[in-house]
Amino acid sequence: MTPETLSQLAIAVPLIGSVFILLAGKWPNLRETVTLTTAVIMFVTVASITPAVLAGARPDVVLWEILPGLAIRLTIEPLGMLFGLVSSGLWIINSVYSIGYMRGNREAHQTRFYFFFAIALASAAGVAFSGNMLTLFIFYEILTLSTYPLVTHHGDPATMRSGRTYVGILLSTSIGLLLFGMIWTWHLTGTLDFKQGGILEGKVEGIMVAVLLALYMFGIGKAALMPVHRWLPAAMVAPTPVSALLHAVAVVKAGVFTVLKVVVYIFGYEFLAETSASDWLMIAAAGTLLFSSIVAMRKDNLKARLAYSTVSQLSYIVLGAALATAAGIVGGGMHLAMHAMGKITLFFCAGAIYTAAHKTEISQLNGIGRTMPITMGAFAVASLSIIGIPPLGGTWSKFHLMMGAAEADQIIYVAVFMLSSLLSAAYLIPVVTRAFLRPPDAKSAGAAATAEGGIREAPLPCLIAICATAAGAFALFFYAGDIAQLLEPITAN
Amino acid sequence: MISANLPILHVIVPLIGAPLGLMFRRSPTGAWLLALIISWFTLADSLALLLIVSGGEAVSYEIGDWAAPWGIEYRVDMLAAYLIVIVSGIGAVTMLYARQSVEAEIPRDRIYLFYTMYLLTLSGLLGIATTGDTFNLFVFLEISSLSTYVMVSLGAERRALTAAFRYLVLGTLGATFYVIGVGLMYQMTGTLNMADLVNRLPEVAETRTILAAVAFLTVGIGLKLGLFPVHVWLPNAYTYAPSVVTAFLAATATKVAVYVLVRIYYTLFKGGVFETLPVDEILLALSIVAIVAMSAVAIFQTNVKRLLAYSSVAQIGYMLIGISLATITGLTAGILHLFNHALMKGALFLALGCVFFRIRSVNVDDMAGLAKVMPWTMAAFVTGGLSLIGIPLTVGFVSKWYLILATLEKEWWPLAAAILFSSLLAVIYMWRVIEVAYFRERPAGAVSIGEAPLAMLVPMWVLVGANVYFGIDTDLTVGTARAAAALLMGG
Amino acid sequence: METVIGLFNYWIVIVLMMAGFYIVIAQENMIKKMVGLSIFQVAVFVFYISMSNVFGGTAPIAAEGFTRYSNPLPHVLILTAIVVGVATTALGLALIVRIKEEFGTIEDDQIRDMEEHGEESGA
Repeated sequence: MTPETLSQLAIAVPLIGSVFILLAGKWPNLRETVTLTTAVIMFVTVASITPAVLAGARPDVVLWEILPGLAIRLTIEPLGMLFGLVSSGLWIINSVYSIGYMRGNREAHQTRFYFFFAIALASAAGVAFSGNMLTLFIFYEILTLSTYPLVTHHGDPATMRSGRTYVGILLSTSIGLLLFGMIWTWHLTGTLDFKQGGILEGKVEGIMVAVLLALYMFGIGKAALMPVHRWLPAAMVAPTPVSALLHAVAVVKAGVFTVLKVVVYIFGYEFLAETSASDWLMIAAAGTLLFSSIVAMRKDNLKARLAYSTVSQLSYIVLGAALATAAGIVGGGMHLAMHAMGKITLFFCAGAIYTAAHKTEISQLNGIGRTMPITMGAFAVASLSIIGIPPLGGTWSKFHLMMGAAEADQIIYVAVFMLSSLLSAAYLIPVVTRAFLRPPDAKSAGAAATAEGGIREAPLPCLIAICATAAGAFALFFYAGDIAQLLEPITAN
Repeated sequence: MISANLPILHVIVPLIGAPLGLMFRRSPTGAWLLALIISWFTLADSLALLLIVSGGEAVSYEIGDWAAPWGIEYRVDMLAAYLIVIVSGIGAVTMLYARQSVEAEIPRDRIYLFYTMYLLTLSGLLGIATTGDTFNLFVFLEISSLSTYVMVSLGAERRALTAAFRYLVLGTLGATFYVIGVGLMYQMTGTLNMADLVNRLPEVAETRTILAAVAFLTVGIGLKLGLFPVHVWLPNAYTYAPSVVTAFLAATATKVAVYVLVRIYYTLFKGGVFETLPVDEILLALSIVAIVAMSAVAIFQTNVKRLLAYSSVAQIGYMLIGISLATITGLTAGILHLFNHALMKGALFLALGCVFFRIRSVNVDDMAGLAKVMPWTMAAFVTGGLSLIGIPLTVGFVSKWYLILATLEKEWWPLAAAILFSSLLAVIYMWRVIEVAYFRERPAGAVSIGEAPLAMLVPMWVLVGANVYFGIDTDLTVGTARAAAALLMGG
Repeated sequence: METVIGLFNYWIVIVLMMAGFYIVIAQENMIKKMVGLSIFQVAVFVFYISMSNVFGGTAPIAAEGFTRYSNPLPHVLILTAIVVGVATTALGLALIVRIKEEFGTIEDDQIRDMEEHGEESGA
């Protein structure tokens, strides 16, 4: 099959899978088999496009013209390739995890859960492979809407309120700002295609470049730049697999991925560098980065802490894009993969703790490392990757990002990156030390022991998933060069 | 023979059919069948006309073979064909839907009256879009309006009567204003035929008489189309009319009035009015208030029909903005939204009809938990709502795209911002309903109900499907709207 | 003076029109509203008829010895408009009858009070 066909197939597979999930709804085992099979087929499909893209091909297919000159178009370029690989690959692991988690917690409406999950993945693939801003926008909105039922899965008033924040912020930023920016771009250039070197150069000048950039950057609410980050902590009411794959990987990465796409292919990073239009964005991203780290430190709820950590880590990528240098952009792209691997592990661990011990607050975790050594060990590994300590994947992306800041002669942002690494150590390491070094809380452990016969490790599927992603964080340290090589061409002109 | 009479058949057949409806006093189903067949016939006729005129040539028909300036000329050009397709298409779908809904909401012995009045309205609306004579237009305007008042008054609650009466008073004022305007034009030009007026108006366009005529026409039609702030009849009329009537009216009647306004400004005056009178600025200002204020008012409604009625006033604002921009893109956006808004409001009101059919109420609070028992109806409501908000792959997105593009072409940034802001308000008022239907539990002790009957679901989903289809395949809608706009601006 | 006497028919039209319009707005009684509406419409009829008059012309009936006729077209139009007006009045009155049956009054302000404080669901 040609890469063009494969790119359509990558989006179609989860959609078709979702239908079968609905059909198999009455038989949980069959349904989970369908999910897993779909995930595997999708990953294989995506992976089989990779060699062609590595070799320099840019598969491009126009599916349907919606408005004159504006089509639904798929184009695969390295950045999208990477995003597609990350999200489809992690979906397999996440599906394994979901089985353990959803059954372990006896969640209701599991068919609906798997159905919308598949739709969300299809739209993530659509975002990854979109060939113009319109296609990207369409899949972006479907992603918002298809994850809404997942966020509000429990259906109680609290989740309804969070769901309101979630959909409210994401829809209003995308319709109010992003769409505005898109139509403006269309008005200026007559195209929305992603083009190497950007399409806006020479079409807009002065302060308007910065204004347009602001429309995009705040319009892409999924990138969680402060002050439009509130939806992300709100989304934490969802079951943990949703938080793990969607709100650490697919949805948020769709956001920063869009940021990178806009900077590289709409504005052109050299154009941004010339006009200094992204200077404000560096400050905004750096501010978000530091501030959300501080907020993360103050959160006792484990998932909330991880959510703010995600907000902070996303801003790494935005900052990388804002630096408008080759190294910054490659670093941002790499961080997309590195952070995905690390953060999904952390969420898996949080979910495992919840499933096994029904604990959600960090202050309850004293000594839990003794009863759940595998989970907490993986948590430690992933934390180190997020902080950026070798030999873990996070090292390389941070290295590239700092190179990018240096290249842009913005030494202050090198300092910001370093400071933020310290901050992330400050909010992640205490969780690990508390789990391993503090003695178990006698009272709560005793209560749990009588109630549930002691805390054991999480269900086996969860453990498999956790170990797989933790190992992935290791592996990425050694394959970082390949990722950099994949991404290099996008910065060429 | 048939093809020569095409431009009149879609008006005449329902007009003749209306009195026939009176024969079905004892057989509501017979009356329904009659209305259904005639509706589908008009749709077929309209589509045939659209096909004929899509080449750019208008079709003309002289009633009783009286030559144009003296006799009444029927003239179908691109815009008219486009509009009659909207009206007859919505009519055909709502009739398919109507039987059970009408039986549930209108006393059995009055059902035949309802279908008679519906046929008259249909004939009137199609006549307005077809006629090339300004006074004949008034007659059709009143045929459709009078029968509409009757249809509104058939609503189950007694407030339907007062709603109909107030509508009648304001509607008659509007029609009379229109007649004054026509009279003033006649005084200066000596003709009522639109094609003639086009030639004769430029000489006298600057006179005070014609300026007064424009003012009268604008106010008169403004009353009919629900222009803010003379929309006061609209919320009550939509709220208390039977569900089918609301769906049909919301999707067609106001659209036809907007069409008349376009005809006056762009066909008769060729856009020249905007130079002598600031009607475009006035309309624009009123529309901006409408899209923001009326959307905001909609948020606080507890009756969902009323909520959507206020939303309609806001949506009419979108159309008027497009029209008052006086550019090809703006006009395209306005004309496009005529079609698209008909689809979304039609779908939404039909969904509410299904809700009312089952729970006898359309209050937000009574809709708690409905998504569990009526999943298809609520899914249709959600899709219609997404279209109203302007989510891509729905018609609402296409409308919004062109409207914002038109404002950006003029570089009116604040206007674009206002339009986007009002879409955000739409998110809020739609989401309020959606949350209640999906997250609240059905009240304890509520009667157990099921999904609406298939005969209602299918037509509703046809409209919902059209919302998506025309959001993806925009060849027909955008193509026709743009061609019509180009003809109006260039002709 | 010229504008007052020369255009006296328009003055009458305007006075009638405003009187009718005022009644529609100011009167709470629905019958009176209908009366106002009719006066308003009649003003327009007068406007049309008077504008069709040609100085020295007779009624537009073909007969020996007359060459100047008033313009017949507005007469025809107004015949139509009168029919519309009659239909409107009839429908309005019919609605008022039904309103009286349902609400027990035809005073608009009282009905509005009942509606606002009433038991109706749509309030």
